Amino acid sequence: MNETVERTVGRRALAREKLWMGLSLREYLRGLATPFDIVAALILAVGLPVIAYRFAYGLGAATNLSQTNPWGLWIGLDVLSGVALAAGGYVLASTVYLFGLKQFYPVLRAAILTGFLGYFFVVVGLLVDLGRPWRIPYPVFYSYGVTSVMFLVAWHVFLYLTCQFLEFCPAVFEWLGWKNVRQWAVRMAIAATVFGVILSTLHQSALGALFLMAPTKLHPLWYTPFIPIYFFISSIIAGLTMVIVESALSHRVFQDQIDPQRHVNLDEITLGLGKAASVALFTYFFLRLLGIVDGGHWDLLDTPLGYWFLVELLGFVLLPCFLLAHGVRERNVRLVRGTALLTVIGIVINRLNVSLVAFNWNVADRYFPNWMEVVTSVTIITLGLITFRWIVNRMPVLREHPDYRGTHS
Amino acid sequence: MKINRRTFLKLAGATGAAGMMSRPRKARAAGLARLSDNSYAVLVDTTLCVGCRACEAACSEANRLPEPVMPGDQAVFEKERSTSPQSYTVVNRSRNTNEKETPRFVKSQCMHCVQPACASACPVRALVKSPEGPVVYQQDRCIGCRYCMVACPFGIPKFEYEKAVPSIRKCSFCAERQKQGKLPACAEVCPTGALKFGKREELLEIARTRIYQNPDRYIHHIYGEHEVGGTGWLYITDVPFEKLGFRMDLGTTSYPEFTWPFLSAVPFVLMLWPPFLMGIYAFTKNREKTTEAGEKKEARYE
Repeated sequence: MNETVERTVGRRALAREKLWMGLSLREYLRGLATPFDIVAALILAVGLPVIAYRFAYGLGAATNLSQTNPWGLWIGLDVLSGVALAAGGYVLASTVYLFGLKQFYPVLRAAILTGFLGYFFVVVGLLVDLGRPWRIPYPVFYSYGVTSVMFLVAWHVFLYLTCQFLEFCPAVFEWLGWKNVRQWAVRMAIAATVFGVILSTLHQSALGALFLMAPTKLHPLWYTPFIPIYFFISSIIAGLTMVIVESALSHRVFQDQIDPQRHVNLDEITLGLGKAASVALFTYFFLRLLGIVDGGHWDLLDTPLGYWFLVELLGFVLLPCFLLAHGVRERNVRLVRGTALLTVIGIVINRLNVSLVAFNWNVADRYFPNWMEVVTSVTIITLGLITFRWIVNRMPVLREHPDYRGTHS
Repeated sequence: MKINRRTFLKLAGATGAAGMMSRPRKARAAGLARLSDNSYAVLVDTTLCVGCRACEAACSEANRLPEPVMPGDQAVFEKERSTSPQSYTVVNRSRNTNEKETPRFVKSQCMHCVQPACASACPVRALVKSPEGPVVYQQDRCIGCRYCMVACPFGIPKFEYEKAVPSIRKCSFCAERQKQGKLPACAEVCPTGALKFGKREELLEIARTRIYQNPDRYIHHIYGEHEVGGTGWLYITDVPFEKLGFRMDLGTTSYPEFTWPFLSAVPFVLMLWPPFLMGIYAFTKNREKTTEAGEKKEARYE
């Protein structure tokens, strides 16, 4: 009898410490009445019923998709952009572990977490978009369409999600206080990193390669045989700039999590990442130029879509490239952060251009998302943010766990 | 790594082996093409089509689809229609600009490509090309990703957007009927011989002969002979193909070839990335060790 009481008390204490951040359940729930939580709750209150509606009545009822436009906002934003913006995980992991640039370690875990959650919610977005989402394991476990780029994407997302989970495991075990398992997980993490870089190279580019199948549907300025390379290089850029943006935001939002030493470090880290992003943008710009030369569609530059192409290329690739270079030179951290955000937006614009704007450019039936598609996308992003905060508040992501201070791996 | 004779021989051997591995695949691709040329096809001669739409009705009956809209009503041709989940084939009238031109009718349905984009795009082999010709859909595998719709240059796979449990719908070339030795429903019912069913190679000969014997009548082109690497449905006509709604900009490259260079690079990345990355890792470790050792030395001297 006594034993059971003790056990329940112990369990309660554990829940209190691990789940409610040391507060009682009531205090914890009261603490949730922040503006962020209220807005998030409102979004979910609208978004979750919309998602339920989509599953009950089909894609036709909930979206503006058509026989001509089979892919819409969910693929363009949640899947294509989501995967690109989640690239911070593999980019930072290779920077720290493979290139040995240990000064970037303080932002590594947050980057890996962003990557993991990014991919996780890409899969959530995909589940909403697939006609028969319960068959999502089919390409991996049941029927193999080996000639398909989509098959490659499916396998890589599956494997890479596993990889990123392994990479993040040390933080989970530190939170749970499982020292022995953590030791084992740390060793796994390095192997997972190498494997993860390989998988990322392949499937970031594979997402671009999907569109190689649409030579007559994708606008000639965007359609080039180099599209897989563009998607890969731009994912590196997205990864670097996303880490700048994400670390700036988390250091503001989760101030209590960070020791003062780190604030100083973050400026240096931001400049370092900005420099790398500037170089990558420069490379990317010239590769894109190569695409225009190779395609030879100079005349199309002088059309409305051509202007839009130039906006993407000059305004969201070349401009941030120079702004980042300038910001790093002048040690202007604010400029670097602002430009990083511009770059991230540019990558999203690129993915939306390839999948929606420049896709079916020559067809009368053009696609534009309806409100339910927008709400669903916003809901999925909100779920991602909530999960991110939930984990950061509990696990050693931004801070170091006192038991493992300075072990750095 | 030091390259001595043994490692050199190993590398040379591996390279040679890799080279040999790539050869059978090319041979296999060629073999597939030959096989497909021997497959069944339909030759559509639009000069013989009167626009009776009996093929539409027969198709609906054979596939248990709703009856075609506006049966027997010429007004149906006012608006250009496309296939849908409820109608696998539609007949349209040519896009004539003035009254004097003779109207031509054209039937559209799945082209049953020799190397179909949809089948090569499908991640779960829900769409497959059978050696007899039909590109068939296996509903029990489909995950509903709609990549086939993105890939198909003819816009043929149609999705059941209105259903909570949707499938892809398209013409199956009556693969089941063909197995039983019957003609596709449309070809069987066609009263004018505008649809001729047969071996693809033989139909190409017939088409060439017709053009050769009536050089002033026909456009000198067999649509589908080379388009997107060849299709199972072939068309000849006496009006410009554009007027019949055909896209003339599709090229002759088969669609699987667009992704093939990328897919064939995958094994190389898988093979070369790990040693490359591990090499960088080893280099980094080594540099760290050297630096540490150097720092210790300096510390001793201070």
